[in-house]
Parts: sequence; C-alpha cells; structure tokens
Amino acid sequence: MKKRKERIDRGIKVRSTDIFALSSWREMIYLALPRLLPIVGCLMLPIVLGVYWQKVLLSVAVFALLAISWDILAQTGMVSLGQALFFGVGAYCAGVLNHYWGVSPFITIPVAAIAGGLICTLFLLPVLRLRGIYFSMVTLIIPIMLVRIIEATKIFGGTEGLSGMTPLPSKWVEIYLIMGVLLTVLFCFRRMLDSDYGLVLKGISDNDRSVINAGINIYWFKVQSLFIAGSIGAFSGAFMTHVYMFVGMPVFVLDYSILPIAAAVVGGPGTLAGATLGAFLLVPMSEALRGFGGLRIVLYGVFLVVFIVALPEGIFHYIQRKYHQFERWVEVEK
Amino acid sequence: MSDTQLLKVDNLSKSFGGVRALHHVSFDLKPGELLGVIGPNGSGKTTLVNLITRFVKPTSGTVWFKGKKISHLPPYKIVRLGVARTFQMVKPFYNLPAFKNMIISLYSPRMKQLAGGRYGDRDAVALDLLEEVGFERDAHVAYKLAGALPQGYLKRLELAKAIALEPDLFILDELFSGLSLAEVASIVPIIEKMRIAGKAIIMIEHRLKELFRIADRVIVMNYGEKIADGTSKDVMESEAVKSAYLGTEAD
Ligand SMILES: Nc1ncnc2c1ncn2[C@@H]1O[C@H](COP(=O)(O)OP(=O)(O)OP(=O)(O)O)[C@@H](O)[C@H]1O
Ligand SMILES: [Mg+2]
Repeated sequence: MKKRKERIDRGIKVRSTDIFALSSWREMIYLALPRLLPIVGCLMLPIVLGVYWQKVLLSVAVFALLAISWDILAQTGMVSLGQALFFGVGAYCAGVLNHYWGVSPFITIPVAAIAGGLICTLFLLPVLRLRGIYFSMVTLIIPIMLVRIIEATKIFGGTEGLSGMTPLPSKWVEIYLIMGVLLTVLFCFRRMLDSDYGLVLKGISDNDRSVINAGINIYWFKVQSLFIAGSIGAFSGAFMTHVYMFVGMPVFVLDYSILPIAAAVVGGPGTLAGATLGAFLLVPMSEALRGFGGLRIVLYGVFLVVFIVALPEGIFHYIQRKYHQFERWVEVEK
Repeated sequence: MSDTQLLKVDNLSKSFGGVRALHHVSFDLKPGELLGVIGPNGSGKTTLVNLITRFVKPTSGTVWFKGKKISHLPPYKIVRLGVARTFQMVKPFYNLPAFKNMIISLYSPRMKQLAGGRYGDRDAVALDLLEEVGFERDAHVAYKLAGALPQGYLKRLELAKAIALEPDLFILDELFSGLSLAEVASIVPIIEKMRIAGKAIIMIEHRLKELFRIADRVIVMNYGEKIADGTSKDVMESEAVKSAYLGTEAD
C-alpha cells in the first residue's frame, strides 16, 4: 500500500486568520508568539549574557543584517557574492567622516548608511543588466579591487587604516542600537516583501519578462532593491567602525560575503526571518568551535552540509510549517 | 502616417546570426481591427511580435504606434503606451496563486496614467478580472497556485494580465494552441467583447477555422516574409498560401 504525507492547516491557524482571531487568549497568543518571541529574545539576551557573549551577539546582529540585505537582493533576482562591499563601504564612510571631520557616531552611522547605499548602487549600476552568475562575479570582484586601490594609493590610511574613532557612549547603547535596528529592519522589510511592491520585486527574480510586460521598468526596481540592501549592509559596517574604533582593509574580507549567504541558506531564504535565524545559529556556533583550533573550519563545514542536506528548505520554513500545519499519513489510491 | 492607423509596421527585419527570421515585413492596422497572422512553424510570427513590443531589437525597420515611433523605445514604455501582449509560452509566476499573478499587472504605471484608472483593492480587482476570463468564482480556482493550474487556465491568466493593462492594442501569440475546442469556444466571446470595446487585436494562430471566423483581415507569413494580406476569404483562396501553408497542415 502506497502512502503519502498530507499536510493540513491547524484549526487554530484557520481560525486566527479571520475575525475569530480576537475571541480567545489561546488564539491571540498563537498569533502574537512568532512576533513576541524574537522581540523579547533580542531585548533580553544582552542582559543575560556575559561580556564575551555580548560581543558575539553584536557580531550575530551584524551578520543577520548582512544576511537580510543579501536576501532582499536575492528576492529581486540578484545573487550577491559581495556583501563585504556594502559592509566595507559603510565602514569607510563612517570612518572617514569621524576621522577627518570628527563627526559624532550618531550622525556618521545614518549618513554612512544612506551614502553607502548610494555608493554601492552606483558601483553596481553598470552591471545591473547582467544576469545570474555574471552579476555575482562582479559583486565578488569589486571589494577585492577596492582593497587593492586603498593599498596602492594609500588613501584613507592605506594599509594601516584609520584608528582612534569615537566609540559609542556605552556598551549598552551599542548593543541596544544594533538590536533595535535589527528588529526594525526585520519587521519592516518582511512587511515590504509581503506587500504588492514586494510581489513586483519577487516577480523580477521569478520571471522578469512577465514583469516588463506589465509596463514596469525592472531596472528601476532593481536599483531600489540595491539601494535598500546596500544601506542595510553599509549601516552594519558603519556601526562596527565605531565598535572597533578602527576601519581598515579587513572590512572587505570574504567572511562578510560568505557567512551572510550561509546564514540565509541555512535559515531559509525569502523570509528575512530565516536569514536572521541563520545568523543566530551560525555565528555562535563558529565561536563555540574556536576550541578546536585548525579543525574549526572542517567542523563548521560539516555542520553546514548537515543542515543543508537535512533541511534543504531552511530552518525557518520548517519551523513555520510545523507551527501552522500538522501532518498525517494517508493512503494513496491507485 | 495617417490618423486612421493605429499601428504601422514598416520594413521590419531581423536576423539571428545567419537565420533570416523576419524579412522586410510591412503592414498597418486600423483602430478596432482584428488582424490574424498565420504561417507555418518557424515562419517568424513570434519574432514579429517580439519586434513590435521590442522584446527583441530589430535589425532594421520602424514601428509606429498612434503616430509615434516606438521601435527605439524599451519594452516597458511600449506597454505603457497601450500595447499588451501575451506569450506563446505562458509566463506565470508559478509559486503564486493565480490572483496574485494579476497584482503585478495591476501595479503597472499604466494604471496610474489612465484617467479613472482602477484604484483601490488590487486583490478584488484581480478576482473580478479573472472571473471575466472564466475563472469560476464558486470553484475558487483563482486561489490555486499557478503551478497547479492546467494549460487552459494559464492561457486565460495570460489574457487577463493583458486585459488588466487596458491596452488599445492586444497582441495574442497563439492563445488557442494547446486548448480543447470547448475551451477555445469559451474564450472567443471574451475576444469579441474586447472588439466591441473598440480594441485592436493582432492574433497569431494555428487554429485557422476559429481565426478566419473572427478576423477582419489575415496576413500570411512564410520563411520570415509576408506572402499574403487580405480578407480571410482572399487569403484562403490564394495559391501562394495553399502551397506554403495549408498544404503542410492537416488542420
Ligand atoms: N532568439 C533566437 N535566436 C536564434 N534564432 C531564433 C530566435 N528566435 C527565433 N529564432 C528563429 O527565427 C525563426 C522564426 O521563429 P519564430 O519563433 O518567430 O517562428 P513562429 O512563426 O513563431 O513559429 P511557431 O509557429 O513555431 O511559434 C525560426 O527559424 C527560429 O529558429
Ligand atoms: Mg511562435
């Protein structure tokens, strides 16, 4: 007898999508839990963690933002291999403003986010028409080129970098600033992707000719998506400049490009929440593996492969499905 | 060009490498006219559509629409002027429900240009439009994933997306191919309704019987060239057409 797994929406999901949502505590909690959990988690974690893991949390948030930025681009059909470009450009923008003109971090960070987004958009504008791997290659190459340019021309402190940046007032400001931004970015842009505007962005990655055929200028939408993703990435770079009180060539290293992709893929692309979840898993794991010395990367790689093979849809999609649906085996009639 | 023409195609040619897909094709179209385009496989019909809508760049030749040269414009601007096409190979967003497929067309800047364009709830407008092309509302077909719909519905979806743009010229590339007789019969009234609304239509078809019944005029393509242009009756009786096309098709 052949059997097939059948998935059915839980009664509570069906009920809570319409008017009955507010009729019982159980259903209100069911609806609110997926939103409350990350908010409460992000706000409580800094308090319960020790100094060392607080630093790790900063790193988690930065990679989560880079992964969200990657995911937004990927949703618009642009697979970036160069999140380091966004991160690095933002970092240098903030660094230069603070180092040469002494601008306060509370101004350099937002300015670097916007200016960084614009600069990255301008960098990639000429290749916006390239599809697939050609676009990806260019995003991979630009940060590498920028490093060489800084090295050769010795601008912005050359190989030494710029140090002595103004730090943020306290570590609590640091951590709650980045947590607040992460939550805001996560919820706002999730909402954006669910809107009709987001549908157009996703349409471009699905089937760009169909979108053009609606009289929509897809390049203009790609520019907007690039600017949003660039700004998010640049924000995280600018933030780290003030955390490290230093900016230099390491901001363009490959880690900032690769780890966000791994986070988005492991967490489940397309939802932004998956990308965030991925960062919350991979970054601490990478820290915890430090004790293994040279074997760290091997173990890390093994974990990645296990995740991707076991849950190819991504962790977030898996959890979401379990939350909203139950499964049962049904017999398939011949 | 005179005011009585909606579309004028002048000496349009296209070669892909050595392949002459289209060779010096010219014709015009009056407002409200239904022009059929027929021809054997590979005779350049889809290429003609791609050149008019500028999805493919012509090697030479010009296209005017409403007295304006359009052959140098990007495709999205041509759509905004009022030319909507359907694709021979349907291009839905497979992982979206059918009615969500419509949203992108309803998001079109053309909507904002039209006086009294459709505002308000796009979902509701999408469901109305889909009902117009035969998505039975009671059966909730419009809520199914496009990937789960049979070909007949996907073709209707293509048509609904074009209707959503409220164009002045429809270009329908083999809308009927792959459909059953009953399905074709159910779509014909929708096309007739479009004509009553004064829309010009270019229909590429292999289903000659259905086409000849509704077309005002038919042009015949063969090896990238226009070999006949006239009423259905003229074209059917033309010797060149019989040898080029009708002889090879068992339709
Ligand atoms: N992108 C392309 N690259 C190379 N050759 C092409 C391309 N598009 C079309 N052709 C060639 O141009 C010729 C005309 O093709 P077209 O698709 O316009 O024919 P058609 O009349 O639409 O045929 P069908 O009835 O099968 O749809 C064919 O020989 C085809 O191989
Ligand atoms: Mg064709």
